[in-house]
Amino acid sequence: MLSLRGISKSFGAVAALADVDLDVGEGEVVAVVGDNGAGKSTLVKVLAGVHPPDSGTIEFEGREVRLESPTQVHALGIATVFQDLALCENLDVKANLFLGREIRPFLLDDVAMEKRSWELLRQLSAKIPTLSVPVAALSGGQRQTVAIARSLLGDPKVILLDEPTAALGVAQTAEVLNLVERLRDKGLGVVMISHNMEDVRAVADRVAVLRLGRNNGVFDARTVSTEDIIAAITGAADNVVAQRASRTADRTSQGSDPR
Amino acid sequence: MSPETPALDLQDERLVAPQTLGDAVRAAFRRVRDGDLGMLPVFGGIVVIWTVFQLLNRTFLSSTNLVNLSFDIVPVGFLALGIVCVLLVGQIDLSVGSVSGVAAAVTALVMVRYEQPIWLAILAAVATGCLIGFVYAQGFNRFAVPSFVMTLAGLLAFLGVQLWLLRGQNAVNLPYDSDLVQFAQLWFVPEWMSYLFAIIAAAGFLGTSLAGARTRKAAGLSAPSPRLLVFRAALVLAALGFTVFYLNKTRGVAWMFVLFVVVVLVMHYVLSRTKFGRSIYAVGGNPEAARRAGINVKSVYAWTFVMCSTLAAVGGVLAAARLAAATQSTGTGDVNLNAIAAAVIGGTSLFGGRGSAFSALLGILVIQSISSGLTLLNLDSSYRFMITGAVLVLAVALDSFARRSRQAHGRG
Repeated sequence: MLSLRGISKSFGAVAALADVDLDVGEGEVVAVVGDNGAGKSTLVKVLAGVHPPDSGTIEFEGREVRLESPTQVHALGIATVFQDLALCENLDVKANLFLGREIRPFLLDDVAMEKRSWELLRQLSAKIPTLSVPVAALSGGQRQTVAIARSLLGDPKVILLDEPTAALGVAQTAEVLNLVERLRDKGLGVVMISHNMEDVRAVADRVAVLRLGRNNGVFDARTVSTEDIIAAITGAADNVVAQRASRTADRTSQGSDPR
Repeated sequence: MSPETPALDLQDERLVAPQTLGDAVRAAFRRVRDGDLGMLPVFGGIVVIWTVFQLLNRTFLSSTNLVNLSFDIVPVGFLALGIVCVLLVGQIDLSVGSVSGVAAAVTALVMVRYEQPIWLAILAAVATGCLIGFVYAQGFNRFAVPSFVMTLAGLLAFLGVQLWLLRGQNAVNLPYDSDLVQFAQLWFVPEWMSYLFAIIAAAGFLGTSLAGARTRKAAGLSAPSPRLLVFRAALVLAALGFTVFYLNKTRGVAWMFVLFVVVVLVMHYVLSRTKFGRSIYAVGGNPEAARRAGINVKSVYAWTFVMCSTLAAVGGVLAAARLAAATQSTGTGDVNLNAIAAAVIGGTSLFGGRGSAFSALLGILVIQSISSGLTLLNLDSSYRFMITGAVLVLAVALDSFARRSRQAHGRG
C-alpha cells in the first residue's frame, strides 16, 4: 500500500537517512526499530510530510506521490501520531482532536465535534472523563489516547505511531497494543516505531531495522528471535568476530544479515 | 432524556458534576484558587477603582462623566483589541501608539491639506496600518526578527514618520463640522433606539443560548436548563437596560461606543467560533503542534500582525476625530503601555494562547477610569503614569502567578 524506495534526508552534513526502503501492506503492522540516532524519527517526519525527503520515491496505493506538507499527507490518508504528541495544552480535548480539521470553519459546530469526539473515544474505550478540560489537565496515557484518536479522525489508510507505548503504564500499553491490532483488523497499514522488543513481537507482522540511517534487515516477526533483532539494531553482527563466526558456523535464521 | 442514562459527556463515574447551586459556586471557587482567574481580576479592579474614586469625588460616577468615559475608552480600546490579537499568538506589538499617531496624521493631511472626502482619508489611514502590519509580518516570518525588537524599532521609526508628516506644524485641525469629528464628539443613539439595542442584544443572547442548549440535547450531550439560560439573559437585559438608562440621563449612548462594542463582539466571534480563531489560540499554545496539525503558522502570525496594526490605525483615526486634530503627540506618551496594560489587565496572557476580545473592553475601562478619576482630582499626568505603571506590574505579576498555579493544578 505504501512503499518507500531509496529515501535520503540530510540535515547539514549529517545524513539522517540514506537510501532507506520500507513497505507497508494493507492490514499489516510493520515495526521500525533502531538505536538512538538510527533515523527512526526522521523517517516518521518524512512520512508525515514535516521534512520532505532530499531524494527517493514514495508510492501510495500504486501511485507515486510527493509528501510535501502535513495537510497534504493527511489528505492522502496517512496519519501520524508523534512521540511528543503535538497537542496544544491550552486547548480542550475536542479542540485538539479537530485542530486543523474543524467542522464548519466560519461557525464552528462544537456540538457535532463533541459528539464525534465522544464516539471516537468510546470506540477506543478511552478513559477520559470530560472533554471540556484543557489537555494540560490530562495524564500521559490520556494524552496518548487523544493523540491516537485525533489521527483516526480523517479515516486514514496508513497510520504512523512514533513510540506509542514509551510513556505508558502496563494496562495502558496493553490497551494501545489492542488498539493497534484493531487498526490492523480494520485493514489499515500500521507503521510502529518502537524501542520495546516485547511490544514489537506482540503485534508486529514484520520488523524493519534501521541502523545509522540505513536499512539493516527486514524480519518476519513470527520467526525471528529477539537476539537477531538486537544484533541488527546494535550492529553486533557487524564486527570481525561475528563475521568470522557467521562464515564458519551454519546460519540459524534466514535473512538475518543481508550482507 | 431519561434520568437513568446520563448525557454522552457525563458518563464517566469519576466526573464530579455540579448538581446544585452550591456545587457550582464551589467549583467556581476552586477554579479561581487553581489559577484559572478568567475575568475575575478585571471585574474586581473595576469595582475597587470606581468605589475609591467615587468616595474621593462625587462626580466620578455621574452620568456625565460616564458618558465621557464611554467616548474616551474607544481610541485606545481599539489599540488594546489589536494587542489582544498579537498576545494570543504569543507575540507583542510595542508600536501601536506610533502607528495610531501615523494614522491620525494621514487622516488629517488627506482631509485638510489635500481636501479629500472623509472616507478616502479613513481608507488611507487604515491602509497605512495594514501595510505596517504586513511589514512587521515579513520581518518576523522571513527574517526571524523577534516581534519585540521589530515593533520596538517600529515604535521609533513610525514616530519619526508621524513627526515628518506633521513637520513645521504642531497640529492639523480637523474641521469641527465634519462628520468624523461629529461622530466622535456629538453623535448619540436616540433614546428609544438605545433601549431597542439592549432588548435585541438580550434577546439574541437568549435565542442563541437556548438554540445551543437544544442542539446539545438533541445530540445526547448535557445542556444547561432553559430556566438558567432565561435567568442569565434576564441579568444581561437588566445590566444593559440600567447602563442605557443611566447614560440616557444626560447625553446618552455614543455611536462611537456602540461601534467599539460591535467590533469587540465581532472579534469575539472570530476568535471563539471560527477555524481561524481556533488556529490563533493553537499557535499561541504550541506553534509546533499547530504546524503539524496543518495550520499555516506563518500566515496566522502575519494576519495577527496585520489585524493589530489595522486596529491601531482605526484607533488613531478615532483619536484624531475625538480631539478634532492630529498633533505631534497623538499616540505618544503612555498610549502604547495603556493599550498593552488594558489587554493584560483584561485577562489576556502575555505568554500566549489565553484571553478573549472582551479583555480589551474591560481592561481599557480600568485604565481609562484611573485616568479619568485622577483628572477629576486635578492630579497631573505624573501621578497617572505612576499609578498606571503600578497597575500594569500588578496585572502582569497576577498573570505570572496564576500561570504557575494553573500548571501546578493541571489547568494549563
